[in-house]
Amino acid sequence: MAASQTPTIGEYIGHHLTFLTNKPQVSLVNFSVIDYDTVFFSVLLAVLFAGSFYLVARRSVAVSAGSAPRGFQSFVELIVDWVDTQVKDVFHGTSGLIAPLALTIFCWVYLFNFMDLLPVDLLPDIAGGVGLAHLKVVPSTDLNGVFGLSLTVFLLTIFYSFKMKGPLGFLAELTLHPFSSKNVFVQALFVPVNFVLEFVTFIARPVSLALRLFGNIFAGEMIFVLLALLTLMHGYAGLETASGWAMMLLQAVLTFAWEVFHLLIITIQAFIFMVLTIVYLAMAHEHH
Amino acid sequence: MHINLTLIVQMLVFAVLIWFTMKFVWPMILGAMQERERRIAQGLAAADKGEEELRQARTGAESILREARDRAGAIIDQAQRRANEMVEEAKSAATQEGQRVLSAAQQQIGLEASKAREDLRRQVGEIAVAAAAKLLEREIDPRTHEALIHQLAAQI
Repeated sequence: MAASQTPTIGEYIGHHLTFLTNKPQVSLVNFSVIDYDTVFFSVLLAVLFAGSFYLVARRSVAVSAGSAPRGFQSFVELIVDWVDTQVKDVFHGTSGLIAPLALTIFCWVYLFNFMDLLPVDLLPDIAGGVGLAHLKVVPSTDLNGVFGLSLTVFLLTIFYSFKMKGPLGFLAELTLHPFSSKNVFVQALFVPVNFVLEFVTFIARPVSLALRLFGNIFAGEMIFVLLALLTLMHGYAGLETASGWAMMLLQAVLTFAWEVFHLLIITIQAFIFMVLTIVYLAMAHEHH
Repeated sequence: MHINLTLIVQMLVFAVLIWFTMKFVWPMILGAMQERERRIAQGLAAADKGEEELRQARTGAESILREARDRAGAIIDQAQRRANEMVEEAKSAATQEGQRVLSAAQQQIGLEASKAREDLRRQVGEIAVAAAAKLLEREIDPRTHEALIHQLAAQI
């Protein structure tokens, strides 16, 4: 925010909650609107992840495997090995998809979340300088961003359930648990009950997966915005009074503390998203 | 709080990213790691094998050395025995030869002595005949009395 026109608290927070869109969105769902900022940062971070890992992959293949890994390659191999271990702990079959998917999710979501650690006003102010009215830099604080991930995982779950168990096997899984009986008639009574229970559970997966991530990161972002409010009211004029300096020091200390804590949260959230994805896809692959 | 086209775009980007990771990132990195793991395991196994072979070669060399030493000892023993035998043989041959020479000499001496005795007898016989002839002062035909002389000589 430019120091010349100090915004009110409402304006400041509202500014940080508004996406850079092609046109204002009034209704909850409108597929003619697009968030440029979420798409831009998602693609940018995707390219960052895919590009850096691809360079390491090419180097790994080009340089003979006998040579010791160095620098960034060691880091990448550490992550790959760790993800591989996580997948093998949960899923015991063979799948060319689950492990790469888990790696993609962990790295991409981590990078999404990491955007939260940049100073809240840094990129929006730069964008304001080049004439963009709004900019939200954290894709995981956009419902579209998190649902884009969870719905894709959900679709993959459905696809692999059909592929591995067949339509009937999948249907049986949804209708024959948790209540079952040896008696055919009693079982027939249980089927609708089971279906309601299991279907809700099934549908709840992508929702909880997306909202858990969204809620945590959104809350973290709000804390940063609220901490920024400590010095917002005074602007540069605050530096002329002792209390203004005290507020700035308080803001710096609290923001630092929250950054450190948030560093833990963004890692844990990326990890949870990855593990749940592995679990869901493992369940889709395995019979119960 | 809204859902819009970004959702679809995000899903597409995500799908492409998954495909890219599946195709170009994960197999290469994990493959290289597993290849390295395999090589390290191979190297360690080769080192173990080399060590084992070295140990075997060492014990082999030791046994060969010991065998060679034993054989050399045996050869020396045999040579000494053979030398002793040769000395003994030479000694006994020399003794036999001496004995033989001695007995031949003794035989010769015996022969010479008996020959000398024979001559002496004959000469004594002749002297006796000459003495008898002198005593009888008559010529005794030696041819006529040869048998007598021989008889006398044999009696001496």
